[in-house]
Amino acid sequence: MTDTLTIHRAGPGLTLQDTGRPGYLALGLSRGGAADRLALAEGAALLGQSANLTAIEMAGMGGEFEASRDTSIALTGAPMAVSIDGTRIAWNASHTLPAHARLTIGTASEGAYGYLHVGGGVRPPERLGAHSAHLAAGIGGPLEAGDKIDLGPDDRTTTGLTLPKDPRFAGGTIRILPSIHTDAFPQDLCTRFEDTAFTRDTRGNRMGVQLKWEGDGFLPEIGRKIVSEVIMPGDIQIIGDGTPYVLLSECQTTGGYPRIATVLPCDLPRIAQAPAGAPLRFRFVTLEDAVEAERKAAQAIADLPKRRQPLIRDPATIPNLLAYQLISGMTAGRELDPEGA
Amino acid sequence: MTGGGADTTKQTAPRIRTAGVDGMLVSFGDSLSEPANRAALAFRAEIERQGWDGVEESTTSLVSAYLRFDPLHLGHGELKDKLDTLLSDRDWYDAPLPSGRRLWRIPAVFGTDLGPQLEQAAEAAGVTPEQAIKDFTQTRVRVQTIGFAPGQPYLGELPQAWDIPRQSTLTSRIPEGALAVAIRQLVLFSVATPTGWQHIGQTAMRLFQPEAEEPFLLRPGDEVEFTETDAETLSNMRDDPHGGAERSELS
Repeated sequence: MTDTLTIHRAGPGLTLQDTGRPGYLALGLSRGGAADRLALAEGAALLGQSANLTAIEMAGMGGEFEASRDTSIALTGAPMAVSIDGTRIAWNASHTLPAHARLTIGTASEGAYGYLHVGGGVRPPERLGAHSAHLAAGIGGPLEAGDKIDLGPDDRTTTGLTLPKDPRFAGGTIRILPSIHTDAFPQDLCTRFEDTAFTRDTRGNRMGVQLKWEGDGFLPEIGRKIVSEVIMPGDIQIIGDGTPYVLLSECQTTGGYPRIATVLPCDLPRIAQAPAGAPLRFRFVTLEDAVEAERKAAQAIADLPKRRQPLIRDPATIPNLLAYQLISGMTAGRELDPEGA
Repeated sequence: MTGGGADTTKQTAPRIRTAGVDGMLVSFGDSLSEPANRAALAFRAEIERQGWDGVEESTTSLVSAYLRFDPLHLGHGELKDKLDTLLSDRDWYDAPLPSGRRLWRIPAVFGTDLGPQLEQAAEAAGVTPEQAIKDFTQTRVRVQTIGFAPGQPYLGELPQAWDIPRQSTLTSRIPEGALAVAIRQLVLFSVATPTGWQHIGQTAMRLFQPEAEEPFLLRPGDEVEFTETDAETLSNMRDDPHGGAERSELS
């Protein structure tokens, strides 16, 4: 019998996500996948598994979950209040979720997208070579109360690890490169774009987010006359009324609005995770700097396993301390025994 | 920092531009033309065939081929050189259309509440609604690119009169299978979406069916003829996986 994860209660923005579905761009289907790919990598590092396993993405709020067997889990991305059978547990960490215990995930205290990973990943049916939902394309859909998802095989015994908290959940400065249309924008418009203090508008979803600011719009003269061209996540298009709109993972594949710039892929999680009202500023960098930034970001992801730390638990917050096997959670316990194994 | 540095070369056409840190765009023209469209399709097909290391995905737009690549494993200079070499390998504007193309005859209702902007679009084009329907049904159009949404074709090219602009305000929702017109092109919508194109007709086509054996119906290079039908006939075609369309092979 296959073990499953049951969803007893679901926030409105729960979807299954992985690293997406490359290869269908020419047929009009964007890659999609997790809005915050770094959070996928963090969950994978915490559980010591592939970053392309499927996790549950939670926009703004979580839900209530139950596994049919003991399951290792990790929680990454936007920090959310979380507990197992009423006992508060740490975010940005891995834990063991005992069979039939209730995992309750509340609303995000900062950021936008939280992620629940399970050891071995969840295994929904594959569609077009991936497991992720692509809401804009109608592939899969939001998870709902009553859904049961198959669990992959999980032989992990090492949980109780944490990663240092990343500061990407409150907006900040975003590095950008010129886009294919930046030439068509007058220099003073580009300068004003860099000088403007934006906030993330309330309008936004997995397709993209709109920016908010005080002052004039950013539409150049060429306005509605350009030929439709390929568009990618990170591109900042200036829509008809002069508002900048940053495309995210589930974006359209061609666009007819001019684009003032494009966000470095390694800074895109910061846009995706900026909650409504978070401050955002943009700064042009050179292509060389952009490649170097991507190199550093790739190295930081490769180094995630080295940055894991044991989770220090305060015994006072553990209600039934004596019920815990205090050794076997961390090691098999026998490595210290010369006669063992 | 200046805002104008995306160009790596400044030439007429074709030209190669970076598109973000991990993309390159090879454009064969600044506005839509039949040779530029054919060049883009053929050039991208050759890149797919050659399967360069470090290139992760490619696609075409109306006049360009786009490559997404891993800049940590394939440098910008090296990729640009490879593209330059391939560009000078032949006259891409003279390339044949893709093979395996099909002709689709797609029934559509024009005007009425299923195409509420037919009169207004006809007026913008300076023709009568009757002439508009003739133009839409007697012009064999080609899938110039698939894009925006999964399986969604940009179809062209309509007679010169149809060089009408997109609307300045968006229609809040156009349904799946809707037919809309602007800038000498028709778009057949694969998803319900807001749009600036003028809604002139409706088909029973479901262009993207993720669960089906053939999830995407149309391919770039396919040709399309629309045939006029009525609302009741169209309604009966909605259960057909091809929306009542007939498909035949084109050489």
